[in-house]
Amino acid sequence: MNENPHNNATEPELTLAEARAQLAKARGRHYWRSLEQLASSGRFHAMMQREMPQQAIAVSEWDPIDRRDFIRLMGASLALAGLTACTKQHEEKIVPYVSAPEDIIPGKPLFYATAISHAGYGYGVLAESHMGRPTKIEGNPDHPASLGSADAIIQASILQMYDPDRSQAHTKLGRSATWNEFARDIEAALTPLSGGAGFHILTETVTSPTLASQLRAILEKYPQARWHQYAPINQDNALEGAKLALGAPASVLYSFDKAAVVLSLDADFLSHGPGHMRYARDFMARHTPELGEKMSRLYAVESSPNLTGAQADHKLSVRASQVEAIARALARGLGLNVALGDTTGLDGWISAVLRDLKRHRGEAIVIAGDHQPPIVHALAHAMNDALDNHGKTVELIEPVEAEPINQVDSIKELAAAMNAGSVKVLLMIGANPAYNAPADCGFSAALAKVPLTIHHGLFLDETAKLSHWHLAATHYLEEWGDVRAYDGTASIVQPLIEPLYGGRSAYELLSTVLGRSSRKGLEIVQEYWKEASAAGDAFDSQWRHWLRDGVIPATASGVKKAVAKAGFAAEAPAAGSAEFEFIFQPDYGVWDGCYANNGWLQEMPRPLTQVVWDNVVLVAPQTAASAGIKQGAIVRLRVGAREVEAPAHIQPGHPEGAATVYLGGGRTSAGRTGDGTGFNAYAIRASDQPWIAVGTLSTTGASTDVVTAQEHHSLEGRHLYRIATLEDFIKDPKWVQAYDEFGQDPASIYPGFDYSKGNQWGMVINLNACIGCNACVVACQAENNIPVVGKDQVRRGREMHWIRVDRYFSGDPANPSTALQPVTCMHCENAPCEAVCPVAATTHSADGINQMVYNRCVGTRYCSNNCPYKVRRFNFYKFADHTTPSLKLQRNPDVTVRSRGVMEKCTYCIQRISAVRIAAKKQGRLVNVKQDGLQTACQQACPTRAIVFGDINNPEDDVAKLRASPLSYGMLIELNTRPRTTYLGRIRNPNRELEGSSGAPKHGEHV
Amino acid sequence: MSASAPEKPMGYTEIPEVLDLNHTYDTATDKINDVILKKKTPMPIAVAMGICFLLVGLLFTTITKLVSTGIGIWGNNQPVAWAFDIINFVWWIGIGHAGTLISAILFLFRQEWRTSINRFAEAMTIFAVMCAGMYPVLHVGRPWLAYWLLPYVNVMQMWPQFRSPLMWDVFAVSTYFTISLLFWYTGLIPDLASLRDRAKTRVSRVVTGILSMGWRGSARHWQRYDIIYLLLAGLSTPLVVSVHSIVSLDFAVAQLPGWHTTIFPPYFVAGAVYSGFAMVLTLAIPVRAYFGFKDFITQRHLDAMSKVMLATGLIVIYGYAMEAFIALVYSGNPNEAFMMKNRMFGPYGWSYWLLILCNGVIPQLLWLKRVRLHTPTLWVISIVINIGMWLERFVIIVTSLHRDFVPSSWGMYAPTKWDIFMFIGTIGFFGFMMCLFLRFIPMFAGFELRELLHKKKSPPH
Repeated sequence: MNENPHNNATEPELTLAEARAQLAKARGRHYWRSLEQLASSGRFHAMMQREMPQQAIAVSEWDPIDRRDFIRLMGASLALAGLTACTKQHEEKIVPYVSAPEDIIPGKPLFYATAISHAGYGYGVLAESHMGRPTKIEGNPDHPASLGSADAIIQASILQMYDPDRSQAHTKLGRSATWNEFARDIEAALTPLSGGAGFHILTETVTSPTLASQLRAILEKYPQARWHQYAPINQDNALEGAKLALGAPASVLYSFDKAAVVLSLDADFLSHGPGHMRYARDFMARHTPELGEKMSRLYAVESSPNLTGAQADHKLSVRASQVEAIARALARGLGLNVALGDTTGLDGWISAVLRDLKRHRGEAIVIAGDHQPPIVHALAHAMNDALDNHGKTVELIEPVEAEPINQVDSIKELAAAMNAGSVKVLLMIGANPAYNAPADCGFSAALAKVPLTIHHGLFLDETAKLSHWHLAATHYLEEWGDVRAYDGTASIVQPLIEPLYGGRSAYELLSTVLGRSSRKGLEIVQEYWKEASAAGDAFDSQWRHWLRDGVIPATASGVKKAVAKAGFAAEAPAAGSAEFEFIFQPDYGVWDGCYANNGWLQEMPRPLTQVVWDNVVLVAPQTAASAGIKQGAIVRLRVGAREVEAPAHIQPGHPEGAATVYLGGGRTSAGRTGDGTGFNAYAIRASDQPWIAVGTLSTTGASTDVVTAQEHHSLEGRHLYRIATLEDFIKDPKWVQAYDEFGQDPASIYPGFDYSKGNQWGMVINLNACIGCNACVVACQAENNIPVVGKDQVRRGREMHWIRVDRYFSGDPANPSTALQPVTCMHCENAPCEAVCPVAATTHSADGINQMVYNRCVGTRYCSNNCPYKVRRFNFYKFADHTTPSLKLQRNPDVTVRSRGVMEKCTYCIQRISAVRIAAKKQGRLVNVKQDGLQTACQQACPTRAIVFGDINNPEDDVAKLRASPLSYGMLIELNTRPRTTYLGRIRNPNRELEGSSGAPKHGEHV
Repeated sequence: MSASAPEKPMGYTEIPEVLDLNHTYDTATDKINDVILKKKTPMPIAVAMGICFLLVGLLFTTITKLVSTGIGIWGNNQPVAWAFDIINFVWWIGIGHAGTLISAILFLFRQEWRTSINRFAEAMTIFAVMCAGMYPVLHVGRPWLAYWLLPYVNVMQMWPQFRSPLMWDVFAVSTYFTISLLFWYTGLIPDLASLRDRAKTRVSRVVTGILSMGWRGSARHWQRYDIIYLLLAGLSTPLVVSVHSIVSLDFAVAQLPGWHTTIFPPYFVAGAVYSGFAMVLTLAIPVRAYFGFKDFITQRHLDAMSKVMLATGLIVIYGYAMEAFIALVYSGNPNEAFMMKNRMFGPYGWSYWLLILCNGVIPQLLWLKRVRLHTPTLWVISIVINIGMWLERFVIIVTSLHRDFVPSSWGMYAPTKWDIFMFIGTIGFFGFMMCLFLRFIPMFAGFELRELLHKKKSPPH
């Protein structure tokens, strides 16, 4: 039973057993009467809602409740089932297809273009639908923010839709209620407000044109109403920075593919931000040794180890508050009139970077991180201006957000109004401020002062539980809508499935607020676009094109001409403080906490830390040593008067005197998966220091288990991961193979199998392109029905991921170089696993795939012992969820759901290969990877195209070409395994002036 | 034996005969059979049986839990996919080794001291192999399909995969068990017949009557018996070498550093004999003392077994030394060298040094005759060797698996309570079966003892 503070019912809860006992006493006519009595009681109503929310809604849709109808609906089944069988089975008649619906071929999936909104911004996706149920999300190749890739969060969004913990009914004061009741309530509440005074709407970041137009319509109808926006991960600093430097809000577009030198001022542009997938692709297109001397160079200043820093050719690890001084020094070096801060000890680095930047005027990028203060953003604008980058590598555009405002100010203003008692009706759409509002707002307490609070969201979350009304929202795969991407390109969001739990979309909600509750999402969205496109009669055909392509042409934001103002940084900065500081960062998996109930994201080893299931506090090894903090120690974080206890994770490369605090944990009403994971970092995040907070860190003496998917962090001098500098590569292109003592083809006394005919599958993983984002891990999980095993099982080393991203550190722990290496089944031609299986459950196919026959596997685990790459995964328990109905719908019907006691591992997505092979065979030809569009799930998801799969026998195929590359090497080929998955060695492009200061290995040195 | 040896050094102790020559045929037979026919179940045996029975209950509880939920209840993980299951399997198989060696090889070599201990050792072998046999079946993910490892004609048209050493294990262990059982039973027939002849109750007459298969002790019976016993001894002899060689191939065939080594077959066989004799001593010393069989199992037996342990122990130590030498020096393979260093100084280094202590250092006391003849010390040493041999398997399996080629996949292993329950459960099962054996089956080959008595008392013509 969900706690509801507004539920004043004093009656004790009715349990099913009690209800059954009440009925058991009655016989014959009495039975019916008692059933009727029972059904009319409030306690029964509460029980129904608790036990059978679906039926409860069905009942309450007749309004007011008609007991006779209720009996008609429920009586018979209750009587027959004796209230025991509460399964939600529909009594629908099954009718075979007399005339098959168009497009549906049983067994063949369909793909629909739609778009997901993450942190307010859109990413074009293709949703795979099997017989009407979406099963997987892919990137939309035609969408600028995706180009066909989909990151971990996007991949996992499918699981969120099928989450059994989603709220399944609209509730008023904790009891299920109808939409009509809500429509009446809101109308009654708004009518007495003069001009809407006291009506406040809180949304997260809004880029949706339709939603924005609806909000504006509301503000027009109720001129005194207020619209607030707040998301805990916002772009306030960028916005303020743009205002400071340019005088007006602007969004910035970067063209990393044109940039020869990139300087990141604490920006993790490869993994966060609205354009991160596109930026990662563009960056890697230029940061490749194929271009020789034209390969770009990345300098990263970072205050917290992140994926961008891991890719940097030169990384400078400093405290977040030092970044401003560095930016000032760089700006001064570029001839700008700025006052200098303290950059003691860093001048050599700064001047070397400056010289490099100046050498590349017009093809450089300076980019600031979202958590850096506005001044750093402003300085970045000014530097880009000074370097003549604007219009070349950097483009200013009209803001993509519908209403760019300072979100922290906005929520503070709302909280103040609530506390002042001037908020009469509060409508919260998607937001969860009770959990994530700045701690000083006291939002939860303020909520109680509002006469009517309405929460609209997917989950009965912290805010929903404190609100009078909770409206069940639709997932993006269930609704019509629209959203804009990082460059402004709009996409239509189209539903793949009817709302699973009868939710309503935000569009329908706002329409209801406007007094038109019957309008459907499609109607609302079409109305907006009919007007916006001014297409007239051609609208219908255009609409169909937009839906098919997933993008609306010519909707990107217009270029904005702006020149950086001078003088904003002329004043000397405040003296750098030496106090300990915390940097708040979104979690790589659960983001700000909104994905906390998503098992795939919780179990995804977080990039760089490899921590699963919890958010942690990162501290430097030196800080840990001096403060006596051990891995997993519970530390107390104190900011002002607020404090929170959190587990510490020791992270090499973290700057001293600072700690990174990941957001997103400590949820109390996330659902069964998310509750109780991590700690709530929002407890110490106040509106005055939302990103970089000064505080203290102390030990508590307690400790906990911080579970990581990888326990050892050194390569122990083994040549599994190979790296060299560009200079050395140009000198000796074959350097990578020099490590192979026994050559590329170790001798064997046995003749090998003849793999020269037909399709021969192989994979190449380009270590130079991999950013370690883990999109492949989650994509594989979605495609191959890989179960979630939970924190305890990961601690026991039983995670099930078929592909993993290994991470190694080398060099100085204070500034190590990071190696990221995706590892999956190598599909060895001489597979060690095959020879030792006593029942022949793992065998080799003629096209070179190491197959796993689940039916045949008895589970000796010998194959795993003999696998040198340790890529085999064993079902120690019945890990797959065979019972939750909604999760069954998500499964890929082409992949077996493995049960207990069998081994499993990467199959190269054999179901995808088989689909195209069968089609090709019918035409009497071999598979042509490009022509048939064959991709593995990991390859498809990868934002940087680091994974290439294909036919090694076809010289035209990318994989065959890459295998012939001088950078190609196989892992552990000295064991004569002849792996089909091979790697391309990584090339760094260091600045010779700085070489040696980065701690990165030189040629010949291994990590 | 001459009683007038010219000079004896200080502290010299006479090692007695293999048999107390004061016995007559009748006294010897009665003494053996009375345990079964006359005496009530002695209290200590009943108590031991009760404790063992509780442990058998624990074993079956564990098995029920295991089969119903999965081997996840154990500590096995990725990368240590084999742990207690295979450690204990190999340990039990090793213990089972002494039986065949004593029965077959010593028989062929006409070592008369085998006579008093062979029945006992064979019984121990059979029960140990039963304990061992539980593990491979139950450790698989889907034990109800473990029969797929057997080559039988089936509609799936699938043979097992004969390249896998696990497949060879199936043959090696099942052959070993079958031959051991036959050998034991064949040897029992004349004794069962003498039990039958002396049985007092109808039940025991019927049971022993059926089991003795109509043995009348005619000359023809004895002639056939001798031939079949010799044949079985001949058949068993290669098994002494083959079983543990093949078990060792489970490791040697894999390419894991620490497993992938050619020295395993002889080194495992020596280790098995080592642990087998240690277990015989561990059991024989208390039994001999309690039942008053010091006249059948004399100091000479204990001395001979100690010497076998010393010899096989030295082979095992040589194995350890060669293993380290090959890995660190001879192979030139960095993965092998790392494995050996990790084994010695890694997180499980304690287990390696404890192993050296138990198997290498402490047994050197057996060089001293005083120690060999001091039964309590000998008993403790035999237990130390049993522990050492268990540690050897732990070291080989866990320390090799937990850190192999790719450091990202390194991990640690710790047993769970269920691992321990299963292990002590099998010990209980073993003990329970031994108690049943001691109570219901003649623990000495009576007719062989009589034959020996005959030989000793009447010098060769």
